[in-house]
This record gives sequence, structure tokens and C-alpha cells, in this order.
Amino acid sequence: MKLYDLTIRQSHELLKKGEVSSIELTKAVMERISEVEEKLHAIVTLTEELALRQAQQADERIRSGDSTPLTGIPALLKDNMCTKGIRTTCSSRMLENFVPPYNATVVEKLGDAGVVIVGKGNMDEFAMGSSNEHSAFFITHNPWDLSSVPGGSSGGPAAAVATGETIYALGSDTGGSIRQPAGFCSIVGLKPTYGRVSRYGLVAFASSLDQIGPLTKDVTDSALVMNVIAGYDTRDSTSVNYPVPDYTKALIPDLKGLKLGIPREYFVEGMQKGVEEVMRTAIAKLEELGATVDWEASLPSTKYALAAYYIIAPSEAMANLARYDGVKYGYSHDGENMWDAMEKTRQFGFGPEVKRRIILGTYALSAGYYDAYYLKAQKVRTLIMQEFQQAFEHYDALITPTSPTVPFKIGQKVDDPLQMYLSDVCTLPINIGGIPGLVVPAGFCDGLPVGMQILGKPFSEETLLRIGYAYEQATDWGQQRPPISERENDAS
Amino acid sequence: MKLSREEVLHISTLCRMSMSDAELKIFQEQISNILENFEILKEVDTTDVPPTAYPIHMENIIREDKTAPCLPQSDILANAPHQEEGYFRVKAVLD
Repeated sequence: MKLYDLTIRQSHELLKKGEVSSIELTKAVMERISEVEEKLHAIVTLTEELALRQAQQADERIRSGDSTPLTGIPALLKDNMCTKGIRTTCSSRMLENFVPPYNATVVEKLGDAGVVIVGKGNMDEFAMGSSNEHSAFFITHNPWDLSSVPGGSSGGPAAAVATGETIYALGSDTGGSIRQPAGFCSIVGLKPTYGRVSRYGLVAFASSLDQIGPLTKDVTDSALVMNVIAGYDTRDSTSVNYPVPDYTKALIPDLKGLKLGIPREYFVEGMQKGVEEVMRTAIAKLEELGATVDWEASLPSTKYALAAYYIIAPSEAMANLARYDGVKYGYSHDGENMWDAMEKTRQFGFGPEVKRRIILGTYALSAGYYDAYYLKAQKVRTLIMQEFQQAFEHYDALITPTSPTVPFKIGQKVDDPLQMYLSDVCTLPINIGGIPGLVVPAGFCDGLPVGMQILGKPFSEETLLRIGYAYEQATDWGQQRPPISERENDAS
Repeated sequence: MKLSREEVLHISTLCRMSMSDAELKIFQEQISNILENFEILKEVDTTDVPPTAYPIHMENIIREDKTAPCLPQSDILANAPHQEEGYFRVKAVLD
């Protein structure tokens, strides 16, 4: 096994025993980047010098016997998390040269744990997109088929984890942006409960939906990263003061006594047949592992979630993105007067998907339409949340597909925004509900990955990790590594 | 819900983002199509359903009224496209 293929836990064991140094591990990852990045395009900014410096410090710390499970282990951060002194672009022209003067809380926490930052990962501009095709810089490719998308918006970090360009990554998830790319790249992605992880220093997209979480090679690593990043933060008034458990204690390889519901609305019309087959096999495996499965679970308002989401998220986005005025930071365009300069700054600084959402959000909040769109969507949000609450009175977790299809081809949906939005149909209700969702590799359809999504009530991450872990131990989907080549056959 | 060209122009002013004619045309078409799809929400009976802004219980959090260190002015201005004598430089606000 190559060093870059190691998990966090495996790396930590070798580092602790002194069999490998952080410098060696970091160099192995850097070499891997120079080998595959040309094909993948997952990284916006590479921080090799910093990484080697941090690796050296980590080695000293390990030698002194003061290491944590994350000490000396390379990580990639999605490029919407503020890193002091390191350019943070959100893959947008608007922030192409923005160098934050402070660190996001998660970056501080990883820093305290002894992180080695290899760089900043590519994403859909301002985290708006499901394919990474909306990056203003370049498109990240899917390592299982270079002519397909890696998913989005955390497509760069997901592709990088899958190929060993990093040992793990942090992503953010507003409507599926951790889970859908994790599914598309065959890795593990966790969107924690809203408020579980501090959003301080995460560039805001939709403030009632955004959440940071880990992208890892396996479930154990997800638990290890959660142990570090979860917790209350006075600098994020929406973070929740709720005890942080040791998530690794939840990793038990059986599912005895757990009751799982399969909400039928998630097996949507137009779903790829192969994806459904993979899901049925995966669910049978969960049953074999001791869980009771009920195929009759129902969340009837699911079909309204897409519309509600694409009103709420753009409305919050238009308010959050009002800050980009060409004055305080970011791109600035000249104009005849103040308004003209501001309007042109925004016209030339933002890409098409961001503009589309600003327009949509502005419309939904504008006089005469607020009640019909924004308020209505917020009421539907209440109904969706109530249905989740009722479901979790009966079930310990719900099992769904992550996406109705396997990764689609680059260019296939980029000109049809509604089709692109539909690829989030299984992931976005979770953000509306504020509940946690874990995605684990569940198999392949036509050679392309399918992810299983596990949902639970607020702060039930331990249950989700237990289910993911038991499934992972009983299957070998997560151990397969991508070929990083183009596939001939069309998977559609 | 079909948006007119004038409506898109009005939104463009509201969000202070100018558009080329080509953009105007394509956004008019795409946003109309998306809004049409949102008509599905009309089916939902939301009588007596309260709106939800945040998925968790929220209360106002007020910090203690004590001074705390903040970033130096030079750090904040370092990203400013235009600055002068320790200020952000902007175009005249009043004509």
C-alpha cells in the first residue's frame, strides 16, 4: 500500500510507532499530487512550503510524545474556509486574490491538533452547484471517469481524498455539497447536525443551511475528524452548546436493535435503475447485520423540498453576497459613479450560477412576492421538519440513495439549471431539516460509484457512524481505489 | 410564472448587478422556467403552519460588554481594492 492511500487511523499508527514521519507522509501526498493533479484539477492553491513546515513541527511534537490522532496528517480544505495568510477564493473571480486576515474556527482546531495543510480544494463558485463545473477557474474531474463530474460543490476535496492527493479533507454542505461528491467519488462524507460544527470563518452561502463536515476514506476517519471539529463556538451564535462525545466509541460492527426506515419518496421517478439495485442490495446487507428494516416509511412532503430549498437558499445567498461591493475586499470594477462601479463589480466578479441565484433570491424576497415564495417556502420547511421528527419517533435512522444517478458527464447539465438542481433531490431535504446525514460507498453501477445516505435525528451522528461503520466492515466498496482514467461507455 | 424583461431589469437594479443583453435574455428564460416549477408549492396547505427560519431553537446571544482584541487596521485594509490614509476609498456617494 502506498503512503498516500493510508487512512488517518493507519497514518497515526505508523507515525506514533515512528515507522513513518509526517515529512515522509506529506512528501508522498505531494508526489501524488504532481502525478495526478494534471488530470484531476482538484486543487486551487497548493501550500507545499507550509505543509512541509507543519510536518516538521508535527514530527517534533510526535517525538515529544504529545500527538493527537490528527497530528502530522495532511488535509485539504475546501476553498471557502478562511485560512490566515492563505488565499481563500471560493473558486470565484470575486475573491481570486483575497487573503483572509484570520482563520476559520475549524482551521484553528485542526491547527491545534497538528494539521498539515496541503492546500485549498476546488469547488463550485461560492458553493453553488452540484458538479464543480461552476468553478471560475477550472473543472475538477471524477477520478472514476475523467469525463464525468466529481459532484459538487465540494468536488475538489472529494476527488482529492479518493485519489490520495490528501489523507482527508473538510467540505461544506448547504444542500448536499459534502454528501453528493462523496457518493460520486466513492468516499465517506458527513454533514453534521446544523450547529454541531462552528461556521465562523466559513464564507457564508445560506446561513440557515450551511454546515462544515469531514470527507474521508472511511467511517473511522470521519469519527476522528468529528472529535476535533465538533463543538460550541462563541464566535458562531448558531453553534449549539451540546456535549461532544468520543465518536469513535460509536463504531460497533453490528446493527442489532436498530430500526431503519426506507422512505419511499426517495426512490424517485427517473431514478437510475442500477442505483436502485445497489441500494436494495445495500439495505439487505444492513438487515443481515441485525437491523430491522421497514420499507413503508414515508415523508410525503419530500416532493416539495426542492422548490422550498431553491427559494430559501438563494434568498439567504442574495443577502449574504450583498457584501461583495468592490469596496472592502475582492474584485473591483471601475464605473462612472458609485452605483455603476458596484453594479459592474458584481456583473464581472460573479459567474453565471451565482448570478442566477442572486436574481432568484432577490425576486423571491421582493415586494409583492415575499409571501408567495419566501414565506411559503419557510412554511413548507416547517412541514418537512415535522415529518422528519415524526419519522425519528419510529426509526433510529432512515436509509436513502445519495443521488438519483451515478456521476453524470461533464457538460451534460451545465446549461440546464433545473436538471442540475434535481441532482440534489435526495440530499437537500436534510439541510432543510437541519439533521445529520452520512454517505458511505455502497457499490457501483456501470463502473461508477453509488453512495448510501444514512439520516438521523439532530445530534445522532453516533448512530449514523455506527451504521456506516458496520456496513463498511461487512463490504469492501470503500477499499476500492479509482483508476483515474476515462471510461469509454456512457453510464446514462 | 413568466418574468418580463422589465421585471428582470428591476431585479437587476434591486441587487445592484448589471447585466448584458444576452444575460438578461437567458436569465429571463431560465428564471421563468424555474419559477414555473416552483408552482408546485401552491398545492401545499400551509394554513396555520408557522414559518421556520432556522432548523434549531434559537435565542439571542449577547456577549459581555467588554473590550477584546481585534485585528489591526492594516490587516483589514490589506485586501481593500482602493485605500487612502487608513480608509477605504470609495467613489462619491452623493452627486
